[in-house]
Amino acid sequence: MANNVYFEDVNVGDKLPEWSRKTDFMNWNRYAAVNDEFIYIHMDDEAGRKALNEQGAFGMGNLRYAYIVNALQAWIGDEAEVREIGCQFRAINQKNDVLTVVGTVTATEVVDGEHRITLDIDVVNQKGEPTCPGHAVVAVPTRTA
Amino acid sequence: MSEQAGPETLVTADMIERKGVWGVERVSPPVSEADIRKWAIAVYWPETPPPIFWDAAYADGTRWGGIIAPPDFNPFAWPIVTEKPKPAAKPAGSGETKTRKLRGMNGGQVETYGVPMRPGDVITARNRLRDWEERETRLGHTLFTYSELEWRNQDGDLVKRRVSTAIRY
Repeated sequence: MANNVYFEDVNVGDKLPEWSRKTDFMNWNRYAAVNDEFIYIHMDDEAGRKALNEQGAFGMGNLRYAYIVNALQAWIGDEAEVREIGCQFRAINQKNDVLTVVGTVTATEVVDGEHRITLDIDVVNQKGEPTCPGHAVVAVPTRTA
Repeated sequence: MSEQAGPETLVTADMIERKGVWGVERVSPPVSEADIRKWAIAVYWPETPPPIFWDAAYADGTRWGGIIAPPDFNPFAWPIVTEKPKPAAKPAGSGETKTRKLRGMNGGQVETYGVPMRPGDVITARNRLRDWEERETRLGHTLFTYSELEWRNQDGDLVKRRVSTAIRY
């Protein structure tokens, strides 16, 4: 990847290209391994049910956050930067959920010489339910530089 | 904002004492290329992660001049724990008040990013109880506590600042 997105080419209302993952223990166990996040509610259905999730074990919020990063990075490319992400974990990531990161550009502005794009973002499941609403700011190249 | 502990507040004396005070610093082990590669594989699974995270030849040709870590990479995973660091302040409203048990939830987080992490970096983290506010919500009298975590690299450059919101009611 190089320069995927230039500041001048982005407009308010533009959509973030969707980025999806079907998640289960294959994703969760790998994430637990790198983040040292071995918590029974993410590993064991019985523990998940004891935590009042009838379907059993459920996914990590941190991994959902990583998917937001991935979606932004896939859009802007390697030469640009994710500057800020804010979100709230509103719903559980159930086993075999298909999570899709979605976003809409809400602002474009130059801050301290940096060309920034702000988006409303969310991670929705296969039912279209929002699980992680928030915002993101990315810094991208300009064609005038 | 209320800073006086009283009958109508969930703010503790400990919180007032520790407000704005940075806790003990933690220092990460040096970040390795393998750490970054494995992290990227995990968060992109089952697809191949972008080469900026694992292919030095490719990364050398980018503006970064080498491999960088994803912004969400955690260099503090897998610590050798000899003593658990003390928090900058007890979680807001943890435990009980004199009259009832408190319930809580994660109110979300905002992370801002500075320079990227690279192989060889040593990251220093510190945190503090930054602020709080109390207001009436549909949950009743509710305390929103804002905790700040800051990471800097060995050159003192800001890597990340996270402000987390804890909700107690």
